[in-house]
Amino acid sequence: MSGLLLIPVVGPLLVAGVLLVLPGRIRLHRVGAFATMAVVLVAGLVLLVRTSDGAVPVLRVGGWPGPIAISLAADALSALLVTVTAVVVLCCLVSAVGSGDDSRPYFLPLVLVLTAGGSGAFLTTDLFNLFVLIEVMLVPSYVLLSLAGGAGRGGAGRVYVATNLLGSTLLLAGVAFVYGTTGAVGLGELAGAARDEPTVAVACGVVLLALGVKSALVPLHDWLPRTYPVVSPVVVALFSGLLTKVGLYAVIRIYAVVYGGDPGYRWLLGAVALLSMVVGVLGAVGADSMRRILTFHMVSQIGYVLLGLALFTAAGLAAAVYYLAQYILVKAALFLCAAAVRAGRGTDRLEGSGGLAGQRPALALAFAGAALSLAGLPPFSGFVAKFLLLRATAETGAWLAMAVAVLVSLVTLLSMLKIWSALFTGAPPASSSVAKRIGPTLVGPPLALAGLSLAAGLAAQPLLVVADTAAAGLRDPAGYVRAVSGR
Amino acid sequence: MSAAFVVGVLVAAGVFLLLRPGLLRVVLGFVLLGHAVNVVLLAAGGLGRRTAALEEVGPDTADPLPQAFVLTAIVITFGITVHLLGLLRRDAGGPTSGADSAGEADTDGAGTVGGDDIGGTGGHGAAGWPG
Repeated sequence: MSGLLLIPVVGPLLVAGVLLVLPGRIRLHRVGAFATMAVVLVAGLVLLVRTSDGAVPVLRVGGWPGPIAISLAADALSALLVTVTAVVVLCCLVSAVGSGDDSRPYFLPLVLVLTAGGSGAFLTTDLFNLFVLIEVMLVPSYVLLSLAGGAGRGGAGRVYVATNLLGSTLLLAGVAFVYGTTGAVGLGELAGAARDEPTVAVACGVVLLALGVKSALVPLHDWLPRTYPVVSPVVVALFSGLLTKVGLYAVIRIYAVVYGGDPGYRWLLGAVALLSMVVGVLGAVGADSMRRILTFHMVSQIGYVLLGLALFTAAGLAAAVYYLAQYILVKAALFLCAAAVRAGRGTDRLEGSGGLAGQRPALALAFAGAALSLAGLPPFSGFVAKFLLLRATAETGAWLAMAVAVLVSLVTLLSMLKIWSALFTGAPPASSSVAKRIGPTLVGPPLALAGLSLAAGLAAQPLLVVADTAAAGLRDPAGYVRAVSGR
Repeated sequence: MSAAFVVGVLVAAGVFLLLRPGLLRVVLGFVLLGHAVNVVLLAAGGLGRRTAALEEVGPDTADPLPQAFVLTAIVITFGITVHLLGLLRRDAGGPTSGADSAGEADTDGAGTVGGDDIGGTGGHGAAGWPG
């Protein structure tokens, strides 16, 4: 049973290794990548079913005892994120066929390694392996960024690599401090340590700071809008589903397990969450291309998830988990829409093009669905997520947070309308009145993801049950800790 | 104490180099920072314990776990340094960048038509990145 945990980590790595020694055979690469991600998706779904009753399957690779072994464990949160990211990666692979990204050399093996690192980071149970798996994820992202960027990627690539490298160095230093103060790096051994011992709290704070850089929390967000908008939209969709979300997941996990949800730090999390929401959404107001707007919204939406964590009530955590899962789907849908727009128009700048709704109604439908979901309108999943979050803030009496959340989603709707009116309505540009072919491989994935968002909004119950289970596991991590530490 | 001093000097030099212009200095800065963190990791295991952890475990047996951490970290830092140097060589217009940049600009034609990107320093090829 627990051997299943290896599939999302080792499967893509092995296939990537095989594909790397067979370069240039694009058909084989596609078959390999799709099959691997389908298997990872099935493994994620099986894990999701297995963990739905709060069980935590644990695998100690190689059978070594507790602290030495490389352990993988899945609770409902990990299984949910592995599944959702597998869906997103599959959709991105389809879009990459349409946009021609996947014919770049080594594109598909790199994506597989990226996925392996991301899934591994969701499943790992100790801080050092978290560092290693984040590196496994980042290294292909460096190459993908310099491979699939547009003009100006040289400068953006340098900012990206330098920021993430600094973040990783800080993360490793934090892990060293944690080991120095506690003599352990496993989440099982560290449970509650930062709540009981101030020195451990400081050491873990360094880890959280580094993860804040990776998940682009304000005031550490500046690298994100500088780098993502110059990269191919399909690659950004991949990055948005995996890179920043791994950082966010790790922040949630460490705060829940190592800090035990210590109320002394909640004001800090809440302040960062509100700042991220406001700064991100205001940045989007001034942006002038679809990718830039969407990138700023990443910062803002991460703030919503963090707000749920800052409340640290059962309702708040469930809202955060539901929000995170549906947001990954919605944001990928929007970026894949941008990929289709860019393939059709040659650019995703807002000025000088329009009329896509008449020419490509299916794409307009996909964008409209995903955009409404991002802004939080019914019947999409974004509405359920925002409703849960607002209800949780009301229960806690956090009226300021509630007001900010409502205002920010209004401004979000505004900038989605800005994209809509600039790109989809109005007259098509005179110079290239015929949109270049936007094939079904470009329209299908965002349409499917927007459909999933609609389904998660209309039939929210299954996802809500998973979110509740995950929230219960975060609020009282005793079961997770017992399973992970093997005691 | 000596470890703290070494880490302090390494971090100071690394940060100084990071803040200087030029990618080569940035690369060297990250190398120094990486070394500093490795010393921190070793110090986290206790520098006073020097006996090899092979047979029976005594009070001054060295802690093998930080050493394993450092080995892993060194491998990662080395790989990234090579990648950064590859980027540097590409940006400096190294000997292999000419032919490939034409092909790369062609496949990315959609981006250059609309000029939808910030910076716009022009198309460097994908050559020089480590395979």
